Amino acid sequence: MAAQDVHAHTAHAHAAPQGFVRKYVFSLDHKVIGLQYFFLALTAVFVGMILSLLMRIHLVWPGAAIPLIGEIKPETYLSLLTMHGTIMVFFVLTTAPQGGFGNYFLPIQIGAPDMAFPVLNMLSFWTTFVAFVVLICAFFVTGGAPLHGWTGYAPLSALTNTGPGEQLGADLWITSIAIFCVASLMGALNFITTTLDLRAKGMTMMRMPLTVWSWFITAILGLLAFGVLLSAGILLLLDRNLGTSFYIPLVVVNGQVMGHKGGSPLLWQHLFWFFGHPEVYIAILPGMGVASQLLSTFSRKPIFGYRAMVYAIMAIGFLGFMVWGHHMFMSGMSPYSAFAFSLMTMAIGVPSAIKTFNWLGTIHRGRVRFQTPMLFAIGFVSLFVSGGLSGPFLAQPTLDIPLHDTAFVVGHFHLIMGVAAIFGMFAATYYWFPKMFGRMMNERWGRIHFFITLVGAYSIFMPMHYLGMAGQPRRYSQFTELAYLHRLIPLNTFMTYAAIVTIAAQFIFVINLFWSMKKGPKASDNPWEATTLEWTTSTPPPHDNFGGMTPVVHHGPYEYSVPGAARDFIMQNDPATVTTSH
Amino acid sequence: MGLALLVMIWLITFISTYFFAAKTWWLPQGASTSAPGIDHQFAFTYLLMGIVFVAAQCALGYFVWKYRERGAGAVADYSHGNTKLEIVWTALTAILFIGLNLMGSPIWAAERFAPADAGALPVEVTGMQFAWYFRYAGPDGKFGATAPKLMDPSAGNESAIGLDTSDPAAKDDVVTGTMYLPVNRQVDLTLRAVDVIHSFFVPNMRFKQDAVPGLAIHMHFTPTAVGDYEIACAELCGLGHYKMHGMLKVVSAEDFEKWMAAREAEKQ
Repeated sequence: MAAQDVHAHTAHAHAAPQGFVRKYVFSLDHKVIGLQYFFLALTAVFVGMILSLLMRIHLVWPGAAIPLIGEIKPETYLSLLTMHGTIMVFFVLTTAPQGGFGNYFLPIQIGAPDMAFPVLNMLSFWTTFVAFVVLICAFFVTGGAPLHGWTGYAPLSALTNTGPGEQLGADLWITSIAIFCVASLMGALNFITTTLDLRAKGMTMMRMPLTVWSWFITAILGLLAFGVLLSAGILLLLDRNLGTSFYIPLVVVNGQVMGHKGGSPLLWQHLFWFFGHPEVYIAILPGMGVASQLLSTFSRKPIFGYRAMVYAIMAIGFLGFMVWGHHMFMSGMSPYSAFAFSLMTMAIGVPSAIKTFNWLGTIHRGRVRFQTPMLFAIGFVSLFVSGGLSGPFLAQPTLDIPLHDTAFVVGHFHLIMGVAAIFGMFAATYYWFPKMFGRMMNERWGRIHFFITLVGAYSIFMPMHYLGMAGQPRRYSQFTELAYLHRLIPLNTFMTYAAIVTIAAQFIFVINLFWSMKKGPKASDNPWEATTLEWTTSTPPPHDNFGGMTPVVHHGPYEYSVPGAARDFIMQNDPATVTTSH
Repeated sequence: MGLALLVMIWLITFISTYFFAAKTWWLPQGASTSAPGIDHQFAFTYLLMGIVFVAAQCALGYFVWKYRERGAGAVADYSHGNTKLEIVWTALTAILFIGLNLMGSPIWAAERFAPADAGALPVEVTGMQFAWYFRYAGPDGKFGATAPKLMDPSAGNESAIGLDTSDPAAKDDVVTGTMYLPVNRQVDLTLRAVDVIHSFFVPNMRFKQDAVPGLAIHMHFTPTAVGDYEIACAELCGLGHYKMHGMLKVVSAEDFEKWMAAREAEKQ
């Protein structure tokens, strides 16, 4: 590490902890906290995935007796659906890319010894953990988990007698989300402060890796969005338990006049989607950052249009707050406002298209290496294109008339914020595993995992678009009641088989993950010949990340194949005098 | 590996596109005045997005194969991008997306901005867990009063929506569980929900609108073909959501008058 200038420790560093509890449980080290988030999300994704398997089985074999569970009833199906969505959106898509990888690598990539507020960081993880436990408890209380869907539309979610699961289960559900909001707010503050204040010397904003940019903008979105959801959740709890009427007008449930009046069901939708749409970008932006980082690294080429990429992330973040109404074209909201929301939604397609164009431009005339992380990054681009292009259908209020609340929407958002985001996480896992655990993952099983998952994901979610066009409403537990849905059952059966195969393939990943931790070949400090700062330090990184030194940055993040350089990559802290353009 | 990726990405692209292009699963047969416009906009959007989809996926598959690492000789381009190309591409996508949006807007405006025609048939649609009820105003052309405390879902029809029979205007109101409409006459809908949000979805009419407790939402459409059309609920409303269906029977004007006369006769 002769290349690094030696600086005194900053005030943010803390002494290496002693003892198991301080080191691994209530750790202040962002790397340990990142791993805690990662394993929490891994647990959550398996719970969420098994729920989706049960749903798919119920949809095509409604009477099937499932071991330990028995026959799934329609209301149970809706509970599975609610919990699947809530677990996946909050505890996987929000937790892993930002809390997990962001926590671990943002400080290292900017050359900082830790997060700005280590105690707050620890608190935000443990608060997230409590939120997860509270949510899972909903399965075990009287009445079970709520059936109102992850969007929890009032008054269905705001009253206790609208269905099974709407008693204590629904209280636990909204309490969990509120706790999660608090945790995310703490995390967001930490990410923003760290990025702004703790960058190493020479790490200008325009030299930050695109992963850092995406975590930074994601944190800003989180800071603005989760506060609104927290308030909305508290109002919902008040409506449910203290007799207020924020979301409930005069309603009659099963012949019983409820004691509410004057509330607005649309208020919940506005507040929820004011959070909910930015949440889509909270889930996907880190994946975009990872894809950019990996496509450049494994194509041995600078990222195409770095500045355009940064501005596109900012534009997506900014516009992301002005499009929430596109979830509500059919809600009874003013039809005039649909024009504005639709126009903004179409506009957000422009920076997304810029990103796709630049990813293709990065591969173009590169020298592509096909290690597993790159396969998933390429898969990410394919899925991002596929999931993105159904957006302009749904962004048009006119086409929302046939498509809103059908399987088309489910296919759209699963491809883009589900599968594409998860491909981003897989790419990140295969890419950073050597740095996190000091060993390499198995390449052969990585490739097998990739191909089955890519084909499987398309086989599950592309047909949902066809089902939606044919008019299959979402959140139907059976297709037997409406005659026009009967002809769609064979396609649904195919999707269930595809889901079974795809879910089985995820065990390949998990086995590879845990096996490689113990038995994988030892990793060098920079196995991918990458340029960013995490690859300049030892593997795994020491407690203070750079072993008592602070790196000094001389180059932009993606200096590959620079003419005249000794190797085909120049690391960010390399003082080599070869001229680079950043 | 590059070739495997190319084959896989291209196969996925062509198979996905085939099932769209072959219309194996397409929008159901349209039977309202708004259907042709919506279907045209859908097909046009599909065509444009389909072209972009195939082009982007094919380029991705081709590039990863073409620019795969081959031996030590080849060197990657040292390029940070091309601002001119970037601007052209941005402008093109902006025109495409915003153009599509503006093209589709008149259809939306025609459906939702103008009130129903003067001669439209008023029908009130009420959603409740888990049934749809349809109310016709009768010869006086006026909907009578309803009262929440009179609602009795187990009794069905008039009692389910809480029709107040002491109101003279309510005497000739007809409430049914099946929707009858005369063909080629606009229907002036008032959508209501009594308990939670439901969504009145008639795929063949290209009609969907949430029914929200506390709101009376006015909409209109015109059926253009005689036939039976299924009505679904499109907004999650509870455990019976999947079976909250109804039937729309579009009949000739004469048949409609006969049916209405028979319902009025039943009330006497």
